[in-house]
Amino acid sequence: MTTTVTSPAPAAPPRPRRRNPLRGRGLQAYTILLVAWLVLPVAVMILFGFNDTHSKQNFQWEGFTLKWYARLFEKKDLTTALVNSLTIALLTTVFATVLGTLVGLALGRYRFRGQGVANLVMFAAISCPELVMGASLLSMFVALETPRGYLTILAAHVMFSVSFVAITVRARAVGLDPRIEEAAKDLGAGPLTTFRLVTLPMIMPGVVSGAMLAFALSVDDFIITNFTSGATQTFPLWVWSSTRTGTPPQVNVMGTLIFAVGVLLAVVNIAASRRRARNT
Amino acid sequence: MTGLKGRLTPYLLILPGGLWLTAFFAIPLIFMASVSLMTGNLIDGFTQTWHWQNYTDAIGTYGDKIVRSLWYGLLATAACIALAYPAAYWIAFKGGRHKSTWLFLLLLPFFVSFVLRTISWKLVLTDNGPVLGPLKSWGLLPDGFHVLDSGFAVVSGLTYNFLPFMILPIYVALERIDYRVIEAAYDLYAGRFEAFRRVVLPLSLPGVFAGVIMTFVPVTSDYVNASVLGGPGNTMIGNVIQSEYFTQSNYHTASALSFALMALLLAGIFAYARALGTKDVLEAAAR
Repeated sequence: MTTTVTSPAPAAPPRPRRRNPLRGRGLQAYTILLVAWLVLPVAVMILFGFNDTHSKQNFQWEGFTLKWYARLFEKKDLTTALVNSLTIALLTTVFATVLGTLVGLALGRYRFRGQGVANLVMFAAISCPELVMGASLLSMFVALETPRGYLTILAAHVMFSVSFVAITVRARAVGLDPRIEEAAKDLGAGPLTTFRLVTLPMIMPGVVSGAMLAFALSVDDFIITNFTSGATQTFPLWVWSSTRTGTPPQVNVMGTLIFAVGVLLAVVNIAASRRRARNT
Repeated sequence: MTGLKGRLTPYLLILPGGLWLTAFFAIPLIFMASVSLMTGNLIDGFTQTWHWQNYTDAIGTYGDKIVRSLWYGLLATAACIALAYPAAYWIAFKGGRHKSTWLFLLLLPFFVSFVLRTISWKLVLTDNGPVLGPLKSWGLLPDGFHVLDSGFAVVSGLTYNFLPFMILPIYVALERIDYRVIEAAYDLYAGRFEAFRRVVLPLSLPGVFAGVIMTFVPVTSDYVNASVLGGPGNTMIGNVIQSEYFTQSNYHTASALSFALMALLLAGIFAYARALGTKDVLEAAAR
């Protein structure tokens, strides 16, 4: 806030506005404490990936070791679960991004009958408790005697990701100037060419953030996966089942690596968008 | 857009995604509603008998768990508001050039898988774990100090896991406030507190509202925190539904409970919107 004083009016009574410097400091200290609290369990997770533990329960510090990093893929079913999580997340991202982008375009770019209903369904799909979604999918799969596994997890993940992609793309598509597309058509571009060369590049930031959201939601999902997985394991499911017998340090190592990659990608993404913003 | 083809375009665009949501969101809900009125068991099979008593039976048996879940949900949501607001306020008004850095720091836990995050929080609360252990040996906490397996542990875990969902919308609402409006309040001789109460707070309520919707629903129906942190004495309705499906195979009871839970949460959200007085809050949240 800048306070530029132009021609001070001598008659004006003094403003009752004393700035207490400690007030802002207090809130700053509080925010730092809050960050510390939020980061503390993450730090503990990273630390205990280096714990030279000899018991099945990994909660007593017994010295520093790198052996869990070396023996990262020792537990075959844990590795399978991680691979399942990553491939399901990738496939979910592809399907949900395509389906959600089309829906988002329709909702943001056009006016049509039934639009209110479509918007309502998107809102319902986002705000519905995961527990209810998972339970209802299981009810259906049981009733139809559908074998549960990789494909049912994938179908469920695409289902809950589509609406998130759709509203992200819609937010971007709403702001589009329809005259740009009309100009492309005037210049002889067909509908597909217009979409590929004009519409898609303009909604791309929305599509990309929708895709990242879909990946993040899918790779981390526990509750809906729990209800639709059958005997197939994903990383969160494996970690969950390990809580009864003791979580091995490899889980901490994988958590640490996923954390590191995620943070790295986010930082690169922020830096790239800052550079773009500066160049334009 | 001219002609039939142009008018059909939005429907064609919506079709694939719409079909997917119909098949895996809407139809399953119908299946669950139907199962919730069946009778039978896993061995003899389930038959549709329109047995509405499933609902009264389920609520009669597990009413206390439902009440506890709503209670924990309210406590955790309130804790989220109380913890998130001051930080969001400071970042929005005093964060300066580093606003996004601060937000990023607050979102860091999201880069760790939800279940793993909860287990790590349990590790922090473990009696002689890496945090409580040293605090006890330095004499900062009494030896008998114990948190795990309590309602407090569950609520703290829920608060920890869902806090960022509250910080973000409140921050967005505060960030959007035109600072000149606050200056106008000062010019009209409002004190700091008056300016906050009559200008900043009302303008930030839509953010709080959005945050409540984003936390209260998942928090109340969660069962991960209760089962990792709460021990057997503090189970929530999510635990019941999960075990009715997987351990007891009482599909009808589990379906009835899920439906009842959904209805309760919807009713709660609408009552809350009413209590806040106006429908502009809803409109503002939708924006």
